[in-house]
Amino acid sequence: MDNLFSVATIFGILGMAVRLAMPYLYAGLGELLDQCAGCFNLGTEGIMMMGAFTAFYVVYRTENLLLGILSAAVVGLLMGLIMSVISVTLKAAQGISGIGLSMFGVGLSSLLFKTLLDGTVLSVNGFRSVRIPVLGDIPYIGDAFFNHNPMVYVAYVLIPICSIFLYKTTLGLKIRSVGQNPQAADTLGVSVDKIRYLCICLGSIMAGIAGSTFSIANINMFQEKMTNGTGYIAVALVYFSGWKPKGVLFGALLFSFVNALQLRMQVLGINIPSDIAMMMPYILTIVTLIFVKSRDAPAALAKPYERSEN
Amino acid sequence: MLGRAKSFFSKTFDAIIPVFATILVLFIGLFVLSALGKDPVAAYKALFDGAFGSQRAIIQTIIKATPLLLVGIGICIAFRGGVTNIGGEGQIIVGALASAAVALYVPIESRAVMLPLCLIASMLAGALWGGIPGFLKARMGVNEILTTVMMNSIAVYLSNFLLRGPMIDPKEIEMGTRAAQTALMPETTWLTRLAPPTQLNTGTILAVVLAFVAFVLLWQTTIGYRIRAVGYNPDASRYAGIKVPVYQVLALVLSGAYAGLAGGIEVFGVQHRVLENISASYGFNGIVTALFGNLHPIGTIPAAFLFGGLMVGGNKMQRTVQVHSAFIDTMLGLIVLFVVGAKIISVSRSKRRARNG
Repeated sequence: MDNLFSVATIFGILGMAVRLAMPYLYAGLGELLDQCAGCFNLGTEGIMMMGAFTAFYVVYRTENLLLGILSAAVVGLLMGLIMSVISVTLKAAQGISGIGLSMFGVGLSSLLFKTLLDGTVLSVNGFRSVRIPVLGDIPYIGDAFFNHNPMVYVAYVLIPICSIFLYKTTLGLKIRSVGQNPQAADTLGVSVDKIRYLCICLGSIMAGIAGSTFSIANINMFQEKMTNGTGYIAVALVYFSGWKPKGVLFGALLFSFVNALQLRMQVLGINIPSDIAMMMPYILTIVTLIFVKSRDAPAALAKPYERSEN
Repeated sequence: MLGRAKSFFSKTFDAIIPVFATILVLFIGLFVLSALGKDPVAAYKALFDGAFGSQRAIIQTIIKATPLLLVGIGICIAFRGGVTNIGGEGQIIVGALASAAVALYVPIESRAVMLPLCLIASMLAGALWGGIPGFLKARMGVNEILTTVMMNSIAVYLSNFLLRGPMIDPKEIEMGTRAAQTALMPETTWLTRLAPPTQLNTGTILAVVLAFVAFVLLWQTTIGYRIRAVGYNPDASRYAGIKVPVYQVLALVLSGAYAGLAGGIEVFGVQHRVLENISASYGFNGIVTALFGNLHPIGTIPAAFLFGGLMVGGNKMQRTVQVHSAFIDTMLGLIVLFVVGAKIISVSRSKRRARNG
C-alpha cells in the first residue's frame, strides 16, 4: 500500500487539488464580481447545475467542447438575468431569491436529465490534459502543476485578469463603489442598477462555466445534483477571500486540497469512515467563515439599493 | 371604521399575492411541459387527481403536508426574527436520528414516557442543529444562510455514516443486504394511526396545534414580540434594551426545533424507522410553504396542504404521464422567485399609504 507521506502521493494530492480548484475558481471569481457590486448571489448552485447539464448535453450531441462551454455560459447568462430582475429591479431579499434560483436550477437540470436523457448516466469525451512544454517535464512538479486540461489553466489565468479588471480599470472602480456606497456612486452618475446587472450576469456566466467543468472537464459525465453544494461553498469562499481575487485563489486551493486529501485517504484505505471524511469541506467552510474579517465586506453587500427620493 | 376596512383589504391583498404567483407559475408550467413534448392538460389532471382527486389522495396529501407545516412554521419564526433558516433538511435529519436513538437505546417500556421523550429528543436535536448557526451569527456575525446550508450537508453525511455503521438494522447485516436504515422502532413509540391502513397519524394534529402555539408565541407573548422587533429593526430593538443576539439565537433554535420535530413525526408516525433521504426535500419545500403562507404560522397551514398536494401529485404525474417529479421542484423554485419578487408590490403600496397618511 502507498504511504500517505511518500513524495509521489503528496504530489499526486497537489495535482488533484490544482484540478479540483477549477470549479471553485470559476464560481468563486464570478461570485466575487457579484459581491463587489453589493449583490449576494446564492443562485450559484442552481446556475452551476444548469451549466453542467447544458454543457454535457451539447457535447453529447455535437462532440464540440467549445460549443459546450459557450452554451453553459449562455444558460448562466439567462439565469443571471432572472436573478438580476428579481434582486435589482424588484429589489427582493437576495438570500432567499438566490435559494429560489438554486431550487429552480437544480430542479430543472434534473427534469431535463430525466426527460432528454431518460435519466441514464452517460459519459462524454471531455477536455484532455495538455502537458506544458519544458515545465511539464520537471519530475513530480510537472505532473502536479503543468499537466492539466485547458479549462484548468484558464481558471488560473482568470485570477490576474479579474484582479486587473477590479482594481485597475474604471469599470472596476465603478463596481467597487457601487458595492461600498451606492448612494455616492449614484450621485456621481454611475448607474447602480446597470452595474449590478452587469456583475450578476458576468458572475452567472462564470458560474455556468464552473458547472460545465464538472461534466465536460473533470468527471465527464452528468449526474443529478453532481455539484453537491460546490455553489454554496463558492459563495462562502468569497467571504473567506476577504473580497480579493488572490483570496479566492487561496480559498479555492485550500478547499480543493482538503477535498483531494479526503479522496486520497479513502483510496489509500486510511481508517476514517468515508462519510465522515466527506463532511470535511463543509465543516471547513463553517470554520473559515468564523475567522473571516467581515470588516472587509463591501458595505452595501446584500442590500437592495433604493434612491431615497420623497 | 374605514381605516380598519382599508387595513383588512390591504392585508388580504398581501395574502393573495402568493396565490397569483403560484397560478402564474403553473401557467408557465404549461409551456415547459409542451416544450418537453408532454401533454400539459393530462399532466395537470394527473397532478390534481394525485393530490386531491380521491379520499386516499387527500390523506396522502395530509401526510406529506405535516412535515411541510412544521418546517414552514419554523421558517416563519426564523424570518420573523430576521434570520434565514435554510437548514430545514439537516434539522429534520438530526431530529429523526436523535429520536430514533432514544427509541432504540433507552430501555423504558412505558409509552406515556417514551413517546414524549422521543419527540422531545427530536426537537432538541433540531434546536441544536439550528442553534449552532444561530450562535455563530449572533456572536461572530457569521452569515447564517451559508452555515445552515453547510449544516445540511454535514447532517446528510452524518446520517449516511450512522445508517450504514453504528445504527444500521442488525437484521440487514444478518441478511447481508445492508440497506442503510435503522431497525424498526419499538411499538411503544409509534404515534397512533388515525385511519388505518393509511399512515395518517396523530402527528398531523400535533403539527396543527403547534401552528397555533407558534402564533400565540409570536403575537401574544413578550418573547414573541421581541423576536419580531429584532427581525423588524435590530437597531431600534438594541436601543430599546432588547438583547438582539439572544433573540436571534432563540429564533433559530425554535425554528430548528420545529424542523427537528418534523423528522421525529416522520419516524414515529410514518416510516417507523430512519431511512436514507428521510428529509425528502421537506426542508427546502418548507421554505416555499412558509413564503406562500405569508410567513404567518396560521397561513402556513393551508400552504402546507397545497404543497403537500403538489408533492403527492408530482409522484402520480411521474407514474401516469411520465413527467418526472423534478418538474414540481422546478416549479417550486419559480414560486419562491415570484413570491419574493412580488414583495415590491406590497412594499410600495404600504409606502404610498404611509405618504398619503
